[in-house]
Amino acid sequence: MIYFDYASTAPVNPKVLELYTQYLHDYFANSESHHPLGTEVSKLLEGSRRKTAALLRVEPSDIVFTSGACEANSLAIKGYAFSHMNRGKHLITTAIEHSSVLNSMKQLEDVFGFEVTYLGVDSEGKIRPEELRAAIRPDTILVSVMMVNNETGSVQPMEEIKQILKEYPTVKLHMDGVQALGKMKIDLNGIDMASFAAHKIHGLKGCGVLYRKKNIELMPLISGGDQEFGIRGGTENACNYAVFGDTLEYALKDMEEYEGHVKECNRYLRERLSAIDGVLINSPDDAIPYILNISCMKLPSEVHMNALGSEGFCISSHSTCHTKKNVLSYVAQEMGITGKRQLGILRISLGNDTTLEECEKLCDAIKENIRKYGIRK
Amino acid sequence: MESANEKYGYILVRFGELSTKGKNKKDFIRQLTRNVKYALSAYPQLEYRNDRDRLYIFLNDTDPVPVSQRLKDVFGIRSFSLAIKCEPEMEAIKQAALYAAQKEWNEGKRTFKVMARRNDKSFPFVSDQINRFVAGRVLHETELKVDVHNPDFPLIVEIHKDAAYIMAHTELGAGGYPVRVGGRAMMLLSGGIDSPVAAYEIMKRGVMIECVHFASQPYTSEQAKEKVLTLAKMLSRYQGPVRVHVVPFTDLQLAIYDHCPENYAITIMRRMMVRIAEELAKKNKCLALVTGESVGQVASQTLESMGVINEVIKLPVIRPVATWDKLEIIAKAREIGTYETSILPFEDCCTIFTPKDPVTKPRSDRAEQYESRFDWKELLDKAVENTETVTMSEE
Repeated sequence: MIYFDYASTAPVNPKVLELYTQYLHDYFANSESHHPLGTEVSKLLEGSRRKTAALLRVEPSDIVFTSGACEANSLAIKGYAFSHMNRGKHLITTAIEHSSVLNSMKQLEDVFGFEVTYLGVDSEGKIRPEELRAAIRPDTILVSVMMVNNETGSVQPMEEIKQILKEYPTVKLHMDGVQALGKMKIDLNGIDMASFAAHKIHGLKGCGVLYRKKNIELMPLISGGDQEFGIRGGTENACNYAVFGDTLEYALKDMEEYEGHVKECNRYLRERLSAIDGVLINSPDDAIPYILNISCMKLPSEVHMNALGSEGFCISSHSTCHTKKNVLSYVAQEMGITGKRQLGILRISLGNDTTLEECEKLCDAIKENIRKYGIRK
Repeated sequence: MESANEKYGYILVRFGELSTKGKNKKDFIRQLTRNVKYALSAYPQLEYRNDRDRLYIFLNDTDPVPVSQRLKDVFGIRSFSLAIKCEPEMEAIKQAALYAAQKEWNEGKRTFKVMARRNDKSFPFVSDQINRFVAGRVLHETELKVDVHNPDFPLIVEIHKDAAYIMAHTELGAGGYPVRVGGRAMMLLSGGIDSPVAAYEIMKRGVMIECVHFASQPYTSEQAKEKVLTLAKMLSRYQGPVRVHVVPFTDLQLAIYDHCPENYAITIMRRMMVRIAEELAKKNKCLALVTGESVGQVASQTLESMGVINEVIKLPVIRPVATWDKLEIIAKAREIGTYETSILPFEDCCTIFTPKDPVTKPRSDRAEQYESRFDWKELLDKAVENTETVTMSEE
């Protein structure tokens, strides 16, 4: 089996797994309990929070653990919108966000009377900062932008966005950083909230992080006790959260070590694939090297995925969250990719363990599949 | 007082159409009994006893509700009833009937009618007398009333030489003939809504099925194959294990695509499919092919198409839902529980091969001409040779 679906999820780092297993065994208590074992668990959890904060260069009290990035995105957007709707009911986001952002926005529009501006993107999948500026209104309270797109790897001009929003202190900025974490340097300066997921960086599923500046008030979406600063109720998934600090530390180290290697794999893939008749590269040149989006003009992705699957490759056509419904990629649509080019999309996503040999095999397979199964007439 | 389970300790099963089947009757009953035992194999405490036109299941404290539910899937059963068994003696019969009647009263029933039947003609009273005696006791001991035209429940009394049975309910069985008495047929199972219904209908005629499925990977997905296997598993409810022959069809499909005009692709494809199905049928001693075709539903199911497709094989082709309309088929699919699986969105045949304008009135000379353009026989033999067989059953 050859894995090219790291943008969906990554295998758990064995060191993380070992630590987690040990924690599960030894520290089962409720982190809120006031007995010695509860206190121990609480210490581990807070240690993880401190380590995470240090690695992201923020304060420990800015770090909220959640069940994952979907929850973090929902909490940031809806939690902020609910507690600040007296100031205004206008939000700005992009048309290529993850479904957890888009559906939160849609819910706010449909049920709670908010207005949302969706910024379009250019052919490289990036927003135009001047359009953001033009969209800001007196009643705008929040802008939510993903740093790296999950289907194309396109990187948004975050620094320009921050510069613009500096001029509007009442407009807060949320960043979906899920696909950026462990893949590129992240500067949280000038950002009010950001979402991350552990399982995308070789951590455990069931752990997300919402960074939110202490002064940002959020209305809890899950009501409960005082857990996570009263923002998120429910007995802590303590052992899971307790290993996040280490997960992040390993991921950032690995990024330094393997970035060059992944770039090389990406370069190789781009070179070989663009030489195949009818294959087009959709990811812009400056996308992160971990995601490469291509189109095979002669082979619909559905068929191509079946073929690659039976040949032992794990790969997605676009966002895994949508493939079950078999709908076309809206991200591609927004970038102006339509017709056969949209039908034939494959998302190749790489990890630090991806080898050049695997990339070679994938290119061979894609070439052969197009020859064997592609449209000939 | 005895518990209800001790009282209602039996299920009395009445045979269906087979009662009229003369000299084959013995075989039919033997097969039906075997099928019932197979269907109820999850309940090892059950004991069985046959006579000429009844099967008696002794519950031995088994919960009758799931047993009854399962019995409804066995073809060849006309109806069945939960029964109280007692001595074939008037006082015992009256006692048991009273117990049954009181139970109905407690459930809100108010009127009844006794229906006695005397299988053992040496029993000292005739049916009419039995009716009177039993009704008399019930009327005397309860507040139930007799209503001969429209009773809330019937009080059925059956008297045999060694025992009598008292019943107050009759449930309809699935009808038809016991599976396997009608030989074996090869079912073309596509994964759509129609073919599982057709399979059900042919099994109901006592015919055991094996299934053939054409897999065109990668144009069809692994999930599409899994879906067909799931449907076969559902069908095994009615006959026991179902064998599915999965034919690798991709190479043949590609050759058709390369050599034949687009509008004839489906006609040629169907001709290849029935040829393969016939080969597999012969290999596996199946006497007919069965399909889920419904006249006029799609281009390949017009009478012209059926003719051009059918003419390449000799075995009879049974089309149980040929005259049903789509809504009838869907209703049946829901009833037998295959609908939800059938509509799962794994495309059966990739859009690459779906012609924009398939021919609705194909001609055999043309089909033959297009087929002569390539060596399909070799590809067909290879497909048959590489066919994999999977056996699906519920457990």
